[in-house]
Amino acid sequence: MGRIVLKNVTKSFGDTQVIPPLDLTIEDGEFTVFVGPSGCGKSTLLRMIAGLEDLTSGYIEIDGNDATQVPPSERGLAMVFQSYALYPHMSVRKNIGFPLRMAKMDQAEIDQKVETAAQSLNLMDYLDRKPADLSGGQRQRVAIGRAIVREPAAFLFDEPLSNLDAALRVGMRLEIGELHERLKTTMIYVTHDQVEAMTMANKIVVLQAGVIEQVGSPLELYHKPRNKFVAGFIGSPKMNLIEGAEAAKHNAHTIGVRPEHIEVSTTGGQWEGKVGVAEHLGSDTFIHVHGIDGCDPMTVRAAGDVAVKHGDTVFLTPQAQNIHKFDQKGLRIE
Amino acid sequence: MAIVAKPSKFAKFGRPTLAWIVGLLFFFPIFWMVLTSFKTDADAVKPEYLIWFTPTLENYLNMTENYDYWRFAKNSVITSVLATAFTLFVGIPCAYAMAFNPSRTTKDVLMWMLSTKMLPAAAVLYPMTFITKSLGLFDSHFLIILVLSLINLPIVVWMLFTYFKEIPKDIIEAGQMDGVSTWGEIKEILIPLAWGGIASTALLCFIFCWNEAYWTVRLTTTDAATLSKLIEGNRAPEGLFFGRLSAVSAAAVGPIVVLGWFCQKQLVQGLTFGAVK
Ligand SMILES: Nc1ncnc2c1ncn2[C@@H]1O[C@H](COP(=O)(O)OP(=O)(O)OP(=O)(O)O)[C@@H](O)[C@H]1O
Ligand SMILES: [Mg+2]
Repeated sequence: MGRIVLKNVTKSFGDTQVIPPLDLTIEDGEFTVFVGPSGCGKSTLLRMIAGLEDLTSGYIEIDGNDATQVPPSERGLAMVFQSYALYPHMSVRKNIGFPLRMAKMDQAEIDQKVETAAQSLNLMDYLDRKPADLSGGQRQRVAIGRAIVREPAAFLFDEPLSNLDAALRVGMRLEIGELHERLKTTMIYVTHDQVEAMTMANKIVVLQAGVIEQVGSPLELYHKPRNKFVAGFIGSPKMNLIEGAEAAKHNAHTIGVRPEHIEVSTTGGQWEGKVGVAEHLGSDTFIHVHGIDGCDPMTVRAAGDVAVKHGDTVFLTPQAQNIHKFDQKGLRIE
Repeated sequence: MAIVAKPSKFAKFGRPTLAWIVGLLFFFPIFWMVLTSFKTDADAVKPEYLIWFTPTLENYLNMTENYDYWRFAKNSVITSVLATAFTLFVGIPCAYAMAFNPSRTTKDVLMWMLSTKMLPAAAVLYPMTFITKSLGLFDSHFLIILVLSLINLPIVVWMLFTYFKEIPKDIIEAGQMDGVSTWGEIKEILIPLAWGGIASTALLCFIFCWNEAYWTVRLTTTDAATLSKLIEGNRAPEGLFFGRLSAVSAAAVGPIVVLGWFCQKQLVQGLTFGAVK
């Protein structure tokens, strides 16, 4: 069981408050992702849940028990670090078995659990190697193995994939996703890669400067961003935010249209502009268009075979049902 | 052809020459001491026997037979070993806490610890003698071990702190997440990872203990007297027994010189706080 509740939690380093009062509930079995720009306090929040960082004030509950003063070693949580943090002096086998040995489990049982974990993570051939003799992806798997053997109440991941190359990252992303499907254990995952956030999460928590901007499922965040910050943060390329006369037509201070919700034409449409850069990715073309009032440049996602180049005149038309409206304060208007 | 930096003439010839000169300069007194220890007291002061003389073991035999060399040596070993063990026993947890759980005042505490080394020992000589005598600790192993530990604790904590700092904090935190107690963390993770540093520190601490002369001479008479005391006891005011004095000194510094010789690398690392790898 791993239901985690944060109540009125704050954190200051010296005089600077990094996390203003914050409430959050993570349900048992949920895959929760913390996203936000660098320095917004994602790691700090995760480390507070882990117990590695003291709360300045507030209250943390794990499984219905007050855990605020409980040391990390007794919280029953497992953490996977960005740096892997394997024990360099121990073999892979010893690394994975370490938490069990510390729990005074008997050796036969430890061996058996280590083998099972190693098998599921494809580490059987490396059990007697030292971490220094493994590749980044293998090290990450050992770190995950060390976390799963304990059968923790929840897994905490702090950007576990950011040291891996792109191809490996996709593979490990799927593995962690499958792990969650299989174990159904609560997972909290910190990342600033929004593809990871969108694909893995049941619930995304968007943070900015220690403040929760929105909590919701990936599609909720995509379709109904609560404010301009979330609208701009979720989705790639970023949503186009348009101010001024165009927004006023919709009785809003700002309107937002995602690049994929704009039709492109060379003959006619609502807005006229000139192509700055056209990025041909094969599957899609990202066109950056200049000269449109209130939003410069405007990004459009068009089909892969659209033949436009720098300097061409294009006409853009937003899909009416996919226009987001925001008021003066940046909050969503329904 | 690739362009590579050529070593200058000085780097190639000058530096080794300089190093040899400095090395010989430092080695000479020890060499001379050992040489003199094989001369009789009478020969030792005669210029005609400066280099050419009839070597004798008289001084060494005399020392073990008449001055009870082995008792002093035993005391030196006991006090140095136990003081080093105790210093590490206190110093390791202390440096661990400072390195991985620093508070706002950790840096100040470290500086303060070092500042205790600036107090002139002579300033507390009288109170120390008086207090230890009235407590009945004077000339006891316990006292010498305690004094040696306290003298060396600041430098030991400093050295260990610098070594522990090099261990990534993540690894220590991973241990905490894996359910290890504080002692388990020290035993299973910290000590194996900082083994080299701890060994250098222990070695250096042992050498400092062995060589300590101010307090060991003044706070002992016979029971806990170390080799420093033996040397001091053979210092005749007229300075006539050079052969004997040299033999005693050679026998006192001998073990530590040999130890240092074998652990040169560790020592250099220890003295430079791990800066030389
Ligand atoms: N030990 C510390 N002392 C002082 N300030 C700190 C400390 N740790 C973090 N901070 C500050 O707290 C803020 C949040 O840091 P945190 O590491 O949680 O950010 P993050 O969201 O994880 O960023 P990133 O995506 O770059 O990892 C930052 O402004 C950082 O400078
Ligand atoms: Mg971080």
